[in-house]
Amino acid sequence: MKKLASAPYIIWMAIFIIVPLIMVAYFAFTTADGAYTIDNIVKTGEYIPIFVKSIALAAIATAICLVIAYPLAYILANMRTSTQSTMLMIIILPMWINLLLKTYAWQTLLGNNGLINNVLGLIGLGPYKLLNTQGAVILGMVYDLLPFMILPLYTVMAKMDRSILEAAEDLGCSKLQSILKVIVPLSVPGIVSGITMVFIPAISTFIISRMLGGSSNLLIGDLIEMQFLGNSYNPNLGAGISLVLMIIVLVVMAVISLIDSSDKEDDDGIGGARI
Amino acid sequence: MKRHLSFITAAAVFSAALTLTGCGGTADETIVQNPDTEYYSQLKDEGITLNFANWGDYISDGTDGYPDVLSEFERLTGITVNCTTFATNEDLYAKMKAGAADYDIIIPSDYMISKMISEDMLEKLDTADIPNIGNTDPKYLNREFDPENEYSVPYFWGVTGIVYNKDLVNEEDFGWDILWNEKYADQILMFDNPRDAFAVAENMLGYSMNTEDPDELQAAADLLTKQKPLVQAYVMDEIFNKMSAGEAALAPYYAGDAIMLMRDYDFLGFKVIDSGANTFLDSMCIPKGAPNKKAAEMFINYLLEPEVAYANSDYVGYSTPNRKAYEMVSDEVKNNGISYFTDDYLETHTETFKALSPDAEKLMSDLWTKIRSGS
Amino acid sequence: MKRTLKYLYTALVVLFLYAPIFVLIIFSFNTTKSHSVMSGFTLKWYAELFRDRTIISSLVTTMIVAVSASVISTVLGTLAALGINSMKKLPRSAALQVNQLPIVNPEIVTGVSLMLLFVFFAARMSFSLGYMTLIIAHITFDAPYVILNVMPKLRQMDNNLVDAAADLGCNSVQAFFKVVLPEIMPGVISGFLMAFTLSLDDFTVSYFVSGSSVQTLPVTIYAMTRRQVSPKINALSTLIFLVVVAVLVVKNIAERKNMKQEEIRI
Repeated sequence: MKKLASAPYIIWMAIFIIVPLIMVAYFAFTTADGAYTIDNIVKTGEYIPIFVKSIALAAIATAICLVIAYPLAYILANMRTSTQSTMLMIIILPMWINLLLKTYAWQTLLGNNGLINNVLGLIGLGPYKLLNTQGAVILGMVYDLLPFMILPLYTVMAKMDRSILEAAEDLGCSKLQSILKVIVPLSVPGIVSGITMVFIPAISTFIISRMLGGSSNLLIGDLIEMQFLGNSYNPNLGAGISLVLMIIVLVVMAVISLIDSSDKEDDDGIGGARI
Repeated sequence: MKRHLSFITAAAVFSAALTLTGCGGTADETIVQNPDTEYYSQLKDEGITLNFANWGDYISDGTDGYPDVLSEFERLTGITVNCTTFATNEDLYAKMKAGAADYDIIIPSDYMISKMISEDMLEKLDTADIPNIGNTDPKYLNREFDPENEYSVPYFWGVTGIVYNKDLVNEEDFGWDILWNEKYADQILMFDNPRDAFAVAENMLGYSMNTEDPDELQAAADLLTKQKPLVQAYVMDEIFNKMSAGEAALAPYYAGDAIMLMRDYDFLGFKVIDSGANTFLDSMCIPKGAPNKKAAEMFINYLLEPEVAYANSDYVGYSTPNRKAYEMVSDEVKNNGISYFTDDYLETHTETFKALSPDAEKLMSDLWTKIRSGS
Repeated sequence: MKRTLKYLYTALVVLFLYAPIFVLIIFSFNTTKSHSVMSGFTLKWYAELFRDRTIISSLVTTMIVAVSASVISTVLGTLAALGINSMKKLPRSAALQVNQLPIVNPEIVTGVSLMLLFVFFAARMSFSLGYMTLIIAHITFDAPYVILNVMPKLRQMDNNLVDAAADLGCNSVQAFFKVVLPEIMPGVISGFLMAFTLSLDDFTVSYFVSGSSVQTLPVTIYAMTRRQVSPKINALSTLIFLVVVAVLVVKNIAERKNMKQEEIRI
């Protein structure tokens, strides 16, 4: 009886999750006329530099997010409970403002005549070329995705049992030792979900690179968009690139989840930490 | 859990605020003085919504105090117009080809129209339902891309040229090659679509903008690749932001948009390049299988009303092919050197795009993806 | 000293998160359309905002899609979680794996794959992309999050409760509404809210599946960022920002009062 409750969703998943992915695979291995071909995958090979660049930028952005978020999550988790909830709100609030608009605002901040260069100009510096650089793309990724790193880390740290820390210190651990040997291992599930929630959107974005990257920072997402709704209509090639991207992401995910073996039984790893 | 409830409250407040504001146009001014009300009320009670795919800011919709032609059309006919925008001809083509869109009216340019005709993507127009077609200056009709004018009715035309920032560009006399001048490295914006970008390079190399010769296309691609290090960004309508904020010095673009920009920012100028520019004719078409063909034709007819065509031209800055609307255009605009030209000048100094053969087009598209994706 | 450092660090991160938002807000009051030079103070964009039918109608579309998708995915997802939870280990982990796909898959791939599916059927069954495809797509990426929020609550629930309800004569539907649902309600609500937020802010998937007749707010904003973002959009963001801030502040005050009252009672 109970099992029947999931029937509608099982059917839903089959139609709207599985079938569409099969269609991507089908398009990836056919020509516009529907004949089998491996060309699209071979052609995807021509874009290896773009894949490399996308992976590199996403990885750097993820690393920066982790470095910024980790101490912050730790500080937050150790605040007074009432302050904690206020601070959380302050961090969640920007997520309610549309991502495109925030990225657009960065575009105006970073421009040659933007606020940052104007302020620098007042003290006799610059103007520096900030917009249309790889740095700007990374900044956009870090900015947009930072809360997704802070929240899971905070969730894990707030749940941590203080007495374990005290025990570590009683046993003669220095502050640094107790952080490295106790807090970091215990926060691995948070790190894993944080990395997942930052890396995947970062590697597949086409908005951030388009708005902040200028001409030489085309990413995989741009390439896919160009084939489907953009200037170089070729859905078969687009599907080929999508397929390769999906495989890369799934492999990365598999590797990451190996690190976090403790998460296996507890299926709520990713979503549970989100709010 | 309380925390979550408050989010629901937020949503509730938000949606309440919405219902209070309501929807609908505002301007009530009359644009067409003596509309044929009998003709326009034919479909009044059918609750039709037209999906109109247009270029950005390519119709006078009440922005900045200009007349709102869409509202008047809706009042006149009871037909709602739902506008979406596309950025390039290729973009429109992809959206239609992908099957993701169901438009009633589209406004592609010349070469794209002939491509769409050859791929059976357009519906033949019933000119009996478009009495105002006679307002169009015959010289814009029966062009090569649609010889019998069965599929398209001209909307606007114009030429390409270079938008430049007078504070940053001191030269008076320049050609397309200024876009390759290292002095302006990182201050150059470039067309983000293959056809316009290749046309610039082809003209510089002395080729036709309609060349299909693989070697010439390759040479043009090489020239564009050479330009890439100097290009700040490949953009289309983004030039509005970037040029108006003084972020870039030079951007090849379309005359009408340049006029719109110069209206608001007097440090910007526009130069028509004498060595050869592209003249384009954007026309109204109805895609194959459009759900509301009759209403779409009525909308086309309305856009051909002289007052409407004039209002649109006045707002968007492009040149009108409507001879009755042209009569209303001020001498200042007629003689600004950007909007209107002698037939002789157009004949000798400009070129119209033709649809390329599928092979040449595929080659160009592949070369373009390579130019854009190479580092 | 250490305390100051902590506060300074927190303040810096918060400043980083809010800098562009403040820029958006400030330029909603600008007399010109420029986003880099402030030339004077005006409220006209707020008045014009409510007259702009493109913005208002996409706002309405966004709300309709977000509300329907989050409500449907909450019902669908809660039922699914219930069923999946009572499955044997193997089918359960298979179902959860598939459920993870829309979460781990890059959004652009989800968008593209759904577009291919919808276009395939649209051509054969003569419907066009619009509200329906938008809502279906949103449910598809919303529901997995509902399930992920409900599952842990189901695990935590004491199964004896259900047995007790059955012993006391409840049929399974009654038992669900009287016993199970109240127990898992926090998970259901947080799932719903997450779904609602995701729908409200989604751009990538909507961009691919919205077709020609409807546009959600993010899609409209995208079209605008390509040309020139009207200060009307800044005005809208400012209003949304203020509403959210107001709600959060009220909630925070109420919570503090509650806390104090509880302290007094103790």
